[in-house]
Amino acid sequence: MAGVLTFAESRDGQFKKAAFEAVAEGRRLADEMGVPFTALAIGPDTDAASLGAYGADRVLSAGQAELKAYSNESYATAVVAAVEHSGADVVLMGATAMGKDLAPRVAARLGAGLAADCTALRLDGGSLVAVRPVYSGKALAEIGFKTPRKVVTLRPNVFGVKSLRENADATVEPLAVALGSNDLRAVVEAVVAAAGGKLDVSEADIVVSGGRGLKTPENFAMLEELAAVLGGAVGASRAVVDAGWRPHEEQVGQTGKVVSPTIYIACGISGAVQHLAGMTGSKVIIAINKDADAPIFSVADYGLVGDVFEIVPALTAAFKKALNR
Amino acid sequence: MNLVCCITQVPDTAARIKLAADGKAIETSDVNFVLNPYDEFAVEEALRLRDQNPGSTVTIVTVGDESVTSTLRKTLAMGADKAVRVNAAGVGPFDAAQIAAALVAAIGKLGPLDLVLFGKESTAANDGQVGPLVAEGLGLPSASVVVKLTVADGKATVEREIEGGVERVTLPLPAVVTAQKGLNEPRLPSVKGIMMSKSKPVTTEDAAPGEPRIELIRLTRPAAKSGGRKLGSVDELIAALRDEAKVI
Ligand SMILES: Cc1cc2nc3c(=O)[nH]c(=O)nc-3n(C[C@H](O)[C@H](O)[C@H](O)COP(=O)(O)OP(=O)(O)OC[C@H]3O[C@@H](n4cnc5c(N)ncnc54)[C@H](O)[C@@H]3O)c2cc1C
Ligand SMILES: Nc1ncnc2c1ncn2[C@@H]1O[C@H](COP(=O)(O)O)[C@@H](O)[C@H]1O
Repeated sequence: MAGVLTFAESRDGQFKKAAFEAVAEGRRLADEMGVPFTALAIGPDTDAASLGAYGADRVLSAGQAELKAYSNESYATAVVAAVEHSGADVVLMGATAMGKDLAPRVAARLGAGLAADCTALRLDGGSLVAVRPVYSGKALAEIGFKTPRKVVTLRPNVFGVKSLRENADATVEPLAVALGSNDLRAVVEAVVAAAGGKLDVSEADIVVSGGRGLKTPENFAMLEELAAVLGGAVGASRAVVDAGWRPHEEQVGQTGKVVSPTIYIACGISGAVQHLAGMTGSKVIIAINKDADAPIFSVADYGLVGDVFEIVPALTAAFKKALNR
Repeated sequence: MNLVCCITQVPDTAARIKLAADGKAIETSDVNFVLNPYDEFAVEEALRLRDQNPGSTVTIVTVGDESVTSTLRKTLAMGADKAVRVNAAGVGPFDAAQIAAALVAAIGKLGPLDLVLFGKESTAANDGQVGPLVAEGLGLPSASVVVKLTVADGKATVEREIEGGVERVTLPLPAVVTAQKGLNEPRLPSVKGIMMSKSKPVTTEDAAPGEPRIELIRLTRPAAKSGGRKLGSVDELIAALRDEAKVI
């Protein structure tokens, strides 16, 4: 038997954008391989049928109450049960906080080779090849598998969802999961949202990042406003995180988050290699810096040389007008 | 507490990465290797726990060739008690499962464990997979990308970073955690620490990595992002985003 199984991540019943991307890529890969595709939803209250829009015809739904909160062991048991049930030999999921925590457990239990945080998948003479950034994006590794089963996590925002199928509800099949005695020993006591329930830089479609050029922490209000107009998130260089101006979770770069938004706007950031390692996968990069020789311009699609304190407010106003906000 | 900390060395973050002629590795001759930045947080946390819990030991374990010895010495200079180097012969490049198997075998010889600490990911492999793989191999609960850790009454309470917030998780010990920036401020080795590290034991053993699970077909260079254009005004930028890049 062969097949592709995508675990579609949800929290509180809401599927993540990364889940839709993994379902769409799973469908594409299954079609290329000529094998069946199955999606898996874990936890109660998911609208499993809605994954049809992203290409799933069949969704296994492990909806039992014990699976409401994420735990890597119970969820690994559920994914393995779905693999056995569907006969899939390729397992995909998003390389999110959950996916990166879960995939290794699943791979270990399946005796599968694992490729994490991949940016492309292809078949080479029928064999799966996964492409993933290594050395913090300074090189790409093409990974082949020596195991019959394969587990792959997909970098969020890279694969996208190319088209939606209309009126395409998937068939939902309940999947009962027999949890073991160890499965619920790690207990999630609470999920604490960051102040203001803000969007995470790694999930945002638009990231507005600021560096030391912003001069003071208060001046980030300007970036918050621009990000709000664009429906994006604020990111930061390490210099301003280390200075305590911005929280750790906003740091973009080699020792921060790797982001691949559609638009990345770097404001008052010089473009040190460690920063570039986190954002060169962005589709369109805009740099605003008063130093025309700043290295950030060497990776920027569009550069504006000048003072952030003049350009950012003007840009916010121009976007408001262009987007009618 | 029996605290074990797994570390690896990586090219320093400013290193230029050149591919070797066979495309299967990087040129290491000009590269300065350092302790993986996230592993610094793991070592620091292990040292803090040891100091809060008298009678504890911190053992550093790594899978690597002889070149990793100076990095091991750094962790001993920071204050770790002893180190084990598992010879990497037979471990394929980026094969997290093989590294994990070798670590599981080596850690298994260290007696009853309390906590095994890892970095969130290596900045070379960018996998973030070795820690949870070892947890599964040792049959232990785990939490990855941890920014806060407290140990009391045989339990670890952690905060792990998730998109847009943190998840507070309680794990019975022994357990595995992987460290993220924010967990602590790693110390620098002191002169005294460096002196004392010289007499600390570093033992070497052979790996039991098992069969390879993946194969590195080749390394390639990412398509260079060529610098684009400098524009004269905000309005030109809006027009370019709309008409050329078509992203708004
Ligand atoms: C081990 C290690 C890991 C690291 N990891 C990361 C990482 O993950 N992420 C990261 O970002 N960095 C990282 N760094 C740090 C990195 O090397 C740089 O120090 C940092 O990115 C610089 O931040 P910056 O661009 O905000 O500041 P600076 O380099 O000081 O740049 C400020 C920029 O603002 C411009 N500017 C000043 N005033 C104005 C104005 N009024 N208008 C417009 N422009 C202005 C200046 O021209 C300058 O280019 C790491 C370093 C090390 C050693
Ligand atoms: N060769 C190794 N020896 C010991 N520990 C390692 C090794 N490689 C990775 N690790 C540990 O696993 C973590 C995650 O690495 P990785 O999964 O390769 O990104 C690192 O931060 C280290 O703590």
